[in-house]
Amino acid sequence: MRISTFFYTLRQGFVNIFRNKWFSLASIATISSCLFLFGLFYTVIVNFQYMLRTAEGEITVTAFLREDATDEEMEQVGEMIRNRAEVARADFISDEQVWAEWAPENIGEDYMDIYTENPFENMNSYEIYMKDIEQQQTLVDWLKSLPDISEVHYSEITATSLTGMNAIVAYVSLGIILILLLVSIFLINNTVIIGISVRQQEIEIMSAIGATNFFVRSPFVIEGILIGLIGSVIPLAAIYFLYINVVDYVGVQFPALNVLLQFLPVKDVFDLLLPLTFGIGAGIGFLGSFVTVRKHLRVYAKG
Amino acid sequence: MGLFGKKKKKKKDNNVAIMMENVTKSYSKGVPALDGISVTVKKGEFVFIVGDSGSGKSTFIKLLMRELKPTKGRVVVQGEDLGAMKNRKIPKFRRNIGIVFQDFRLLNDRNVYENVAFAQRIVQAPAKDMKKNVTNALTVVGLAGKYKAKTSQLSGGEQQRVAVARALVNNPPILLADEPTGNLDPKNSWEIMQLLDKINRERKTTILVVTHNREIVNAMKKRVITIRKGIVISDEEEGGYIDED
Repeated sequence: MRISTFFYTLRQGFVNIFRNKWFSLASIATISSCLFLFGLFYTVIVNFQYMLRTAEGEITVTAFLREDATDEEMEQVGEMIRNRAEVARADFISDEQVWAEWAPENIGEDYMDIYTENPFENMNSYEIYMKDIEQQQTLVDWLKSLPDISEVHYSEITATSLTGMNAIVAYVSLGIILILLLVSIFLINNTVIIGISVRQQEIEIMSAIGATNFFVRSPFVIEGILIGLIGSVIPLAAIYFLYINVVDYVGVQFPALNVLLQFLPVKDVFDLLLPLTFGIGAGIGFLGSFVTVRKHLRVYAKG
Repeated sequence: MGLFGKKKKKKKDNNVAIMMENVTKSYSKGVPALDGISVTVKKGEFVFIVGDSGSGKSTFIKLLMRELKPTKGRVVVQGEDLGAMKNRKIPKFRRNIGIVFQDFRLLNDRNVYENVAFAQRIVQAPAKDMKKNVTNALTVVGLAGKYKAKTSQLSGGEQQRVAVARALVNNPPILLADEPTGNLDPKNSWEIMQLLDKINRERKTTILVVTHNREIVNAMKKRVITIRKGIVISDEEEGGYIDED
């Protein structure tokens, strides 16, 4: 293709948008709405997942060591735990440490005057933080199989409910997003059909003069892609400003929630949301218009 | 078949622009629109195709443009057998034929220059040649001075001239005019026919004019092919318009 033809085709794509400006606007508005909802869901999901990860990070598995385990054996077990792929961190908690932390809170600062012996003696343990909460059961089973471990404490319900919630949010969001994308494709389809009917005479002339299918169809496909791209800019800008303001508002108005609601920085959200939205916008624009021109724009009669 | 099983190619006659050999075109279950017609047009000829509504003229044009394929027989244009032509080769083939329509079919949102340049863009003419070619075509039709005008500002005759310039600009060997004077008054009709005659003489372009215009056909003393009910009933050099009764 010649460069001049490329620019001509591109220009015709723009001209098409302006020629059917009301339909183009309707398509852009619909795509914008769909992508806005998509962006909103995406932002909620990534933040939810971030919060879950943060919450998961707080969940620990406690492995108690055999009472008669030697220091060397305890160290060895610690080393083995830390070498596991699913383990993020394993802190050794000695029986003295437990007593020193527990007693002042539950007995009083003068606990040493009352109790001369440590009731937690020989209750040494490892507090294990996980990289992925879904691997908890595997880790627990393995820990239980170690001869130097006497008992394992963990919260099964918290782990499964967090994992389950994560999956539900992901599936529901995916379903809604798919429906929205199909609606967008349908609308682009309509816009291009109208564009084709408006330009019917021009297409007939082109066909009679000897235009190729590619030459006739390209402006419509470009129109679709442009509508998709323009439709992406608006929701991205809206979500950007909305996100910054919501995060600020929650931070200022509900400081108590700051521990629970830990938002991702806006840059982290947009690192993937930006290319994803432009990609989906251009993609549905391309798909909607391409399918339409293939179906409705036959340059050659079948005879 | 030849000695080694190769299909023997029919010898091309380089002097023939259009050849129809026993061409029949039937639409589903109806009377054939064209019924076994044979016509040969030499390069550089000027031919009128005459016939009443429903005579088969439109089918004749569509077969030449390869909008339709013949049900039987062969249609050969500029050496290309259109019945055997693959779909993807149609655009390039159509560049051999400049076409002028009764209703001009100009793009009313563009000016005269852009309407003519449109045909150049379709064949992806180099930008440097486009301006020269469009100016030349507009000069031939006498509208070089109005290249900036909107088509809506032109008279019917001028609009048809722009359409002729658009058909000419890619320098096709054949120009097909489908009722070119159908929407024009007698003066403009006559001017358009003079223009087509000039193009035929000066550029040696093969010209086929499908028309109802008896006065023009009779006055111009060109070859006249008369089609009636899908059959060629008359084919005369320097012929005249034959009435139905």
